[in-house]
Amino acid sequence: MIQIQHLSFGYNKKKLLYKDLTLTLQSGSIYGLLGKNGAGKSTLLKNLVGLLFPKGGSIEVNGFDPRKRQPSFLETIYLIPEEVYVPALTINGYQRLFSPFYPGFDSAKFTSYLEQLDVKDEGKLNTLSFGQQKKFIIAFALACNTKVLLLDEPTNGLDIPSKMRFRKLISGIFTEDRMIFISTHQIRDLDNLIDRVIIVDEGELLLHASVGMIAEKLCFKTVNEIRDPADILYKEESLRGISVVIENKHGEESKVNLEHLFNAVTENPEKAKAIFQTRKNS
Amino acid sequence: MDFNENKAIYLQIVEYTCEQILLKKWTLEEKIISIRDLAIMMEVNPNTVQRAYDFLQQLEIITNKRGIGYFVEADAIEKILSFRREQFIENELPVVFRNMYLLKIDLTEMKRQYEQFVKDNFKNK
Repeated sequence: MIQIQHLSFGYNKKKLLYKDLTLTLQSGSIYGLLGKNGAGKSTLLKNLVGLLFPKGGSIEVNGFDPRKRQPSFLETIYLIPEEVYVPALTINGYQRLFSPFYPGFDSAKFTSYLEQLDVKDEGKLNTLSFGQQKKFIIAFALACNTKVLLLDEPTNGLDIPSKMRFRKLISGIFTEDRMIFISTHQIRDLDNLIDRVIIVDEGELLLHASVGMIAEKLCFKTVNEIRDPADILYKEESLRGISVVIENKHGEESKVNLEHLFNAVTENPEKAKAIFQTRKNS
Repeated sequence: MDFNENKAIYLQIVEYTCEQILLKKWTLEEKIISIRDLAIMMEVNPNTVQRAYDFLQQLEIITNKRGIGYFVEADAIEKILSFRREQFIENELPVVFRNMYLLKIDLTEMKRQYEQFVKDNFKNK
């Protein structure tokens, strides 16, 4: 479990990225963290692993304070950054050097993940292409079997078949006692994996809800005409008609479109907060 | 798998499962694919497949044998047909009726068309 309480953070004293952010995250879910460029998604992930420290408030990850960077904490969490760094080592060399830090590391699974992602042993890792390096790190991170897995734009740099295999890997490794936290703009790559959505904008939490809850409260559909404009949170014209996000007043079951949801929530933050009863302390 | 844009994913998984049983790809009273394997196959969150399987259990189409897995019920076909009939009457028939009304197609014409359709597609085969 991750508990973020009254978090404030900023790279500069005058402009805070987060002001009084309170959020509780549970194991057994794949969280999707959505936000515009510069909203502070990567910053939040770095605070969770102890790469950055809060300016105010507190963070607790499975009972640990990330700031202390205790080995017993670091072995339970893995952050895959958007831009990965690999040293001039071979796959075996990397494994020999870094896997001892993770007691749950599974060497057989590591080999299988590398195979599934089509990463071959071709000399030093730093000579591989960006996409191959990223897939290498993904395979290594998954093989570490940590309780918490944070991924920052994991599908950036992956080719088309790798994106598919990545989704299959994530569905395969996800269990009740793990938490997967994905920050992304590439919503379409991952939308059927995410079961809880967090939207942040301008330092504020706009939405924290399960996909089931979102489908209960909002309806995503395509209509020919708009009857009651007051109910509309978002609309977009398409060839098939007008795609809308409206308050679900008649218990319709629709498929949550995360892109439309994101636009609806960021364009109508107050309305969204009222519908989901998002409070400062949720 | 290609998902339809408008229908909740778990309901599309329910439909897929029913289809497999009706097409006899999944056998009555036999164990079906596990939640994890179906999630991997469809590239979805295992919780979504869990929700679909829970729904199918409520409809008594599948049953959970603790520690072993999910099995197709012996009378699953009848259960699926009655569920699908309800769905058809509730969701698809109103659209057909609306078009019949707008296009002034009466029931005798409809009956003739329907019988021709059955003859063309399902008889002598």
